[in-house]
Amino acid sequence: MRREGTLYTILFTCGVCGICSVLVSGAAVGLKERQIANRILERQTHVLAVTGMIDRGAHPTASQIREIFQDRVVAKVIDLATGEFDDSADVATFDQRRAAKDPATSTPAPENDARVLRLPKNALVYLIREKGSRDEIEQIVLPVEGMGLWSILYGYLALDKDTTTIRGITFYEHGETPGLGGEVENPTWTAKWPGRKAFDNAWQPAVRVVKGVAGGPEEDPHHVDGLSGATLTSRGVTNLLAFWLGDNGFGPFLGKIREQQGS
Amino acid sequence: MAFPFAFGKKERAVLLDPLFNNNPIMLQVLGICSALAVTTKLDKSIVMSVSLTMVTGFSSLAISLIRNYIPTNVRIIIQLTIIASLVIVTDQILKAFVPAISKQLSVFVGLIITNCIVMGRAEAYAMQNPPWPSFIDGIGNGVGYSMILIVTGFLRELFGSGKVLGYSVLPLVTEQVAPGKFGWYVPNGMLLMAPGALFLIGLFIWALRVWKPEQVEKE
Repeated sequence: MRREGTLYTILFTCGVCGICSVLVSGAAVGLKERQIANRILERQTHVLAVTGMIDRGAHPTASQIREIFQDRVVAKVIDLATGEFDDSADVATFDQRRAAKDPATSTPAPENDARVLRLPKNALVYLIREKGSRDEIEQIVLPVEGMGLWSILYGYLALDKDTTTIRGITFYEHGETPGLGGEVENPTWTAKWPGRKAFDNAWQPAVRVVKGVAGGPEEDPHHVDGLSGATLTSRGVTNLLAFWLGDNGFGPFLGKIREQQGS
Repeated sequence: MAFPFAFGKKERAVLLDPLFNNNPIMLQVLGICSALAVTTKLDKSIVMSVSLTMVTGFSSLAISLIRNYIPTNVRIIIQLTIIASLVIVTDQILKAFVPAISKQLSVFVGLIITNCIVMGRAEAYAMQNPPWPSFIDGIGNGVGYSMILIVTGFLRELFGSGKVLGYSVLPLVTEQVAPGKFGWYVPNGMLLMAPGALFLIGLFIWALRVWKPEQVEKE
């Protein structure tokens, strides 16, 4: 066969592609289990970090994280509209982001400042048990997301069982400018959140990131210091919290929790 | 015929030339995009360097092995297929073993496919040379790239955020070192932005050309 012939070229190309695809799919399949384990561990780490149960700076090991998570955290799928637990969904496989994309499990979101486009029917929340207790809830961890300046910010908000006192906030994925909007990750900034109140007295979402410096959590409970050089990212954080704490987000769910505690 | 895996004078030259005499970043000014993007932290730079070096080495090796059989009219596509496959495998390995860094590197590992250094070595060297020297050439160029990345990453992390590999070296003014006592170092925010890396690499190129004036272009 001639080396420059058409048939030779086609056969040669197919051969190379065949070998390469075996290599690529081999790697993907062989490493899949490890990658899934990594993703689960990462999510668990974020949940534990936002509730203050682990200190990320202390570099906890994977087995420590799994152990605390097993012991203290209950993952629950809820129905966003009614705020009830939805036990028909499988917690282990539920993927909120995928649910929000699929027209069968989501609806177009009403217009909002956080620029959330689709609203999933269900959401995955984490309930943190009191230490050594089976049913007493100490904290609630809610997934939040919304537009910053360039990108969608994904994070978790941890609330006390009173449903308004913030216990922590973390953003685990975003594409904001490093050093400016990217400072939403900065532990010094996220440390300014615990103790502030998410809602006002009428149970309307009230917490806001302001320009400049806010007071301490006691005297200025609804305001948090702005990120300098990142006005639009700061505004994005305000908007996404307002959306997810509101009636379209986790408002009904948090309302149910308060009802239960009242009774 | 000489032993195929010999490492003599010629091989050493192939390996070491890309460090200073023919550095892909500093002389050929290739691979700048990732050099600016991933060098904000030292750990990212190191992982990126190792990944690129592996891809360049093994793609050159693979391409050289089949160089006499590749039809000339589709050779670039064949090279790209091999490089792309190696990059995907590398990306999968990073995701499995260093997930945190892999996440920070995000798209830049995938972009090794389009890194001019890899394609450049495949087309300019591996297509004409036997497998062993091609492999050494790939590794050498990868190391030449890595050297710049690691030095840039070290300087940017040290002066941009006062840390080395995530450990605080220059205590920042915003950081509490002891109760009520803060550090002294005001970080240089510009180093964390892409222009900071551009200035650093520019300074390296200047320094290298003062040392080796033959690299200066003739007017």
